[in-house]
Amino acid sequence: MIALLLRDLRLATRAGGGFGLGVAFFLILSALVPFGIGPDRGALAPVAPGILWVGALLSCLLSLDRIFALDHEDGSLDLLATAPMPLEGTVAVKALAHWITTGLPLILAAPVFAILLQLPTRAMPMLILSLLIGTPALSMLGAFGAAVTVGLRRGGLLLSLLVLPLYIPTLIFGAEITRRGAESLPVTTPLVFLGGVTLLVLALIPFAAAAALRVNLR
Amino acid sequence: MSLWEYANPAKFMRTTDRVLPWLVVSAAICVTGGLVWGFLTPDDYRQGSTVKIVFLHVPAALMAINIWVMMLVASLIWIIRRHHVSALAAKAAAPIGAVMTLIALITGAIWGQPMWGTWWEWDPRLTSFLILFLFYVGYIALWSAIEDPDSAADLTGVVCLVGSVFALLSRYAVLFWNQGLHQGASLSVQSGERMAATYRHPLYLSMIGFGLLFLALVVIRTRTEIRKRRLAALQAQEARA
Amino acid sequence: MIDLGRYAGTVLAAYGVSLLLLVGLIWHSVAANARARRNLERHKTDA
Repeated sequence: MIALLLRDLRLATRAGGGFGLGVAFFLILSALVPFGIGPDRGALAPVAPGILWVGALLSCLLSLDRIFALDHEDGSLDLLATAPMPLEGTVAVKALAHWITTGLPLILAAPVFAILLQLPTRAMPMLILSLLIGTPALSMLGAFGAAVTVGLRRGGLLLSLLVLPLYIPTLIFGAEITRRGAESLPVTTPLVFLGGVTLLVLALIPFAAAAALRVNLR
Repeated sequence: MSLWEYANPAKFMRTTDRVLPWLVVSAAICVTGGLVWGFLTPDDYRQGSTVKIVFLHVPAALMAINIWVMMLVASLIWIIRRHHVSALAAKAAAPIGAVMTLIALITGAIWGQPMWGTWWEWDPRLTSFLILFLFYVGYIALWSAIEDPDSAADLTGVVCLVGSVFALLSRYAVLFWNQGLHQGASLSVQSGERMAATYRHPLYLSMIGFGLLFLALVVIRTRTEIRKRRLAALQAQEARA
Repeated sequence: MIDLGRYAGTVLAAYGVSLLLLVGLIWHSVAANARARRNLERHKTDA
């Protein structure tokens, strides 16, 4: 399992692996929003939590098809499927690798972009906390979408169509936590819900994703 | 004699051959009857004549949800017992569900314009239906994207299961989100309660009509799928010969 | 004729759009079914 994780991390960080692409996209998005809305602090600050969360969602989406597509092309996915490790475990490790290469940089970069979007400083801890709890669910759901669409030639668009509606609960609670953080309101309730959604996803989705992979490898 | 015999495509075709005319006729009578009766009801003292929209809106919304549930059951039957008719029925039902969701959304918007003063409000119910529509679209797109029919049935089945969990989750998340946005400012679309019998009876008829219409359509569409599948099987057979 | 009052446009638009969608769905279902049957029968007579 650790070997697979390290291999995936090496592949992602290698040249052409697309590492950092998500963060760059996030940066562009954060830079574009003020052009669309206007530079006014009073206009930007209220929408900042939502924009940051939607931005995190979209950046995460960018690299999803890579989770299985490359391994499917060169046949190593078939090897992984016949390996002694259960396919559910493979899915979980792959999602973890995606989270480390996409979610973690996103979390580290988010405070910088939050400054660009005039998010009040007191909301920073809640932004980071909500992303920390929420993004693993995004990666895992993305792995499910990638597993469903892995055999398709034009799977990219379909992948986003399938995955984005699944992101709605995470988005709602994550943005709500950040917003409450900005307004110094109690955050326990949405925090518990967000954690619940993530735990549910982590517990159930590996099985669904592995089932989809088995169908696609038939 | 058991229910599972209908999982045999030939048996399904024979049975529906006999049932379908009755289904079509009764659906036509109930839908027309319900809508015409509804159209003739007196105006509501607050909503004026817009109350007539309810006879389209509520049955469509009811079917939108029930069709998804039916797809979930059909997908489960396919995944567990691998009956082809079941998978094809789920496929056949999805576009009907999408149209029903669309009707519910559009009639709601048209009704909301004069009543609430807005075409769209991010009310929990409206938002949930928009999300439901997205799920329908994704499901249909997935069916049309995969070439191998059995893989398509498997994958859409899994997506339907996961989608059901998340549609439900989104429903309650949306409830939370809207309260978080603006406390107390809720526009209720409740129409079943405190409704006079003058409106209730045509509404029931219309609901039954929409249900029968769905049954008739799903049977027709399933038959289409079975025929397509049979043709493909015959062609594959010849290609091998 | 029923008097729809000042909401006539609203009510008629709702019914119009809905019936259009329903008729479209029914037409599509029936047409696809007829096409599938024709294709199948033509195939059988060819063979």
